[in-house]
Amino acid sequence: MLGKTAGGLYWMFRFLERSENTARLLEAGFRMALTRSSDAESEWKSVVTTSGTGIGYDAKYDSYSDTLVMDWLLRDSDNPSSVMSVTKSARDNARLVRTALTTEVWEAVNDNWMSLRDLLAKPVTTVDLPAALAVIRKQSALVRGALYGTMLRNDIYDFARIGTFIERADNTARIIDVKYYTLLPSASAVGSSLDNVQWEMILRSVSAHRCFRWLDEQDMTATAIAEFLIFDKRLPRSLAFCVKQTTENLRYLEQEYETRHPCHDLAEKLGRRLKTLDIDTVFDQGLHEMVTEFIRDNNVLGSQVEKDFRFIG
Amino acid sequence: MQSACFLGSRRIMTFAISGLTPNGCATGLVRYGKQMIKKSQIFDEMIQSDGSITPPYQAYNDWFQAQDAERLQSKSEEAEAFFRRTGITFNVYGQSEAQERLIPFDLVPRILAHREWTRLSKGIEQRVRAINAFIWDIYNRQEILRAGRVPKELIAHNEAFLPQMMGFTPPGNVYTHIVGTDIVRTGEGDFFVLEDNARTPSGVSYMLENRETMLQMFPELFSQIRVQPVSDYPKNLRRSLAACAPQACVGKPTVAVLTPGIHNSAYFEHSFLADQMGAELVEGHDLRVVEGRIAMRTTRGYKVIDVLYRRIDDDFLDPLSFNPDSMLGVPGIMDVYRAGGITIANAPGAGIADDKAIYSYMPDIVEFYTGEKAILRNVETHRCAEPEALKYVLDNLADLVVKEVHGSGGYGMLVGPAASKKEIAAFRKKLEAKPSNYIAQPTLSLSTVPIFVDQGLAPRHVDLRPFVLVSPQGVNITPGGLTRVALTEGSLVVNSSQGGGTKDTWVLED
Repeated sequence: MLGKTAGGLYWMFRFLERSENTARLLEAGFRMALTRSSDAESEWKSVVTTSGTGIGYDAKYDSYSDTLVMDWLLRDSDNPSSVMSVTKSARDNARLVRTALTTEVWEAVNDNWMSLRDLLAKPVTTVDLPAALAVIRKQSALVRGALYGTMLRNDIYDFARIGTFIERADNTARIIDVKYYTLLPSASAVGSSLDNVQWEMILRSVSAHRCFRWLDEQDMTATAIAEFLIFDKRLPRSLAFCVKQTTENLRYLEQEYETRHPCHDLAEKLGRRLKTLDIDTVFDQGLHEMVTEFIRDNNVLGSQVEKDFRFIG
Repeated sequence: MQSACFLGSRRIMTFAISGLTPNGCATGLVRYGKQMIKKSQIFDEMIQSDGSITPPYQAYNDWFQAQDAERLQSKSEEAEAFFRRTGITFNVYGQSEAQERLIPFDLVPRILAHREWTRLSKGIEQRVRAINAFIWDIYNRQEILRAGRVPKELIAHNEAFLPQMMGFTPPGNVYTHIVGTDIVRTGEGDFFVLEDNARTPSGVSYMLENRETMLQMFPELFSQIRVQPVSDYPKNLRRSLAACAPQACVGKPTVAVLTPGIHNSAYFEHSFLADQMGAELVEGHDLRVVEGRIAMRTTRGYKVIDVLYRRIDDDFLDPLSFNPDSMLGVPGIMDVYRAGGITIANAPGAGIADDKAIYSYMPDIVEFYTGEKAILRNVETHRCAEPEALKYVLDNLADLVVKEVHGSGGYGMLVGPAASKKEIAAFRKKLEAKPSNYIAQPTLSLSTVPIFVDQGLAPRHVDLRPFVLVSPQGVNITPGGLTRVALTEGSLVVNSSQGGGTKDTWVLED
């Protein structure tokens, strides 16, 4: 496979994952603002911060409101991570790697772009937001379904998966990082309704509010939620799950290419680090410090993958 | 860039005067399908002037008459949705919104009888063989120049002539691996070659997708009418390219398609062909010279390419040999090529054969290299460099189409019958200042084929581009090709950016 093609696949799936994550984040923020039990402006601000686009946003706007943030995250072409921007980037990458995709995957990505282009042609109002987010989620599911259902399990699939999970790990880690103060044990002692709203917001941003209830019927505590998001290998958006998947797909590449690269070591190191930790040690050493370190290592891993498989010349 | 502009460029076909009887006055109406239209002298390939159906269209007409117009309308919309979903679009330069456009597809096929096609394809094969012999001759012995059949100046001062190709014979002695010969028709047996596209002709993906669309929309048609298939083209293309592998090739040849990138107007076609052939789709920055071969950067390191089907122009191919600013090509590829390390399709410098000035010599060229009369006619061409021809052209400017010799697309051309007196006067000055820069052709009455409209059928002008593959094993012509149709009534502009569409093209089985 061409290095450029591998890079195209990797980025295509990072962008697709990002589109869905942004939609979910927006949904959580929207619910939060609806409860009126919190400071809406600071909640919208934390949504923008979590999306990693705060600098761009601040350069354009002076305040935070539902209308501005929704437009920024959904449609703004000045925001390279807006749903529309990443949907277009995903499709551009899909065109680039067209020969590596099945017809079904290509058509799903193309259809995704066409639907969202129409959907997001005009600003989305708060009334229309739930319907718009539903379309975005559905379109992502169609792409994923086409990938799982029709693609050969070979290096093409591996690069697609690695892109997905590196992006997802980054997303979950950033959500924890922005909201870490609500997850500290000291906060859980309060057990106020405010904390409950915050926790629900976090769980909703990773589509895990119902899963969490299924698994953890006892009381919702900050520690339990943090542990769930970092360590639970059953949760498809936990850090441990993402690292496990990335490592696994890298291992398939190692077998198929019969070559071991520095990125293999990095991924395994990241996995081992998570294994040696438990939630108490994390709190002892500092949740914020741990998550910051994870975000950095995950990024380094991504760059190493790009280098090892010659994405660019 | 000729390679990139076939579907997007301004391209005007020779002009026709319609709706006139021989003595020049409009007459009554004539039956056209279910409606009456103005009587015309134009040859229609389906409906004769008395309203009867021509033999190749008999079976199709029977089917068409039994169809419900609303169903056909909804099928037509289905086709458009299909094209959008699969991404069969072309890019339009310089437009930020709606950068990708669809080429309208008309659901009435253009049908050629077996006998008509046999003659056409013989003529095309003869012409393509002559073209390859001509190019070899120009870059080697130059016998045709020495024999005085083609003037030396025409070659020496031609931008398409590449001195770097002198004394070199490409692998398999093939210069034009892929040719798209543009054909127009004016009557029952009157086919003319309008252009020989010997560089990197595009449009073949539309030929394939148009057929695919027809098969999906109207499967029953293909069980009732025996149409020669076109679907083997990608397989034949691969085989044909592989048969031209260079000396240095070891084992099964690796084929790749070189594209300028996703923003090129024909990118869809590049990726489509790579996909269908099972070849890698590469860009210049994926390639480099590795130990005297051209290699592509893969996830496992550099892998050698044997045959490169390039969809970029000569000028951009190698910054070390041609345009030093080119970012699209591969530095050093010409040296590797000349040393037998890679096959480039089509060969650099092949454009010398499809130049407009050379075109006028094509009947002589065919005769010179094949010893036979040309089967296919040229459109009569007046070379303004010759005093007598120039006088004739100046006297008849209002009736002629005058083209720049080296210009591509429709730039710098005069369409006499459509031009104002002022435009003609201005052009006359340009022509008188540099006659050798121009050729002139009469206006032709191009044939029409019906398209599907609200009222049923309506005649529209068409041209045809069959696709030809050349390898040491022979010449392969896919039965059919791409029919382009001017969707606006009376218009002769078939190009897609100005209201042109395409049709599936059928060649009937014997």
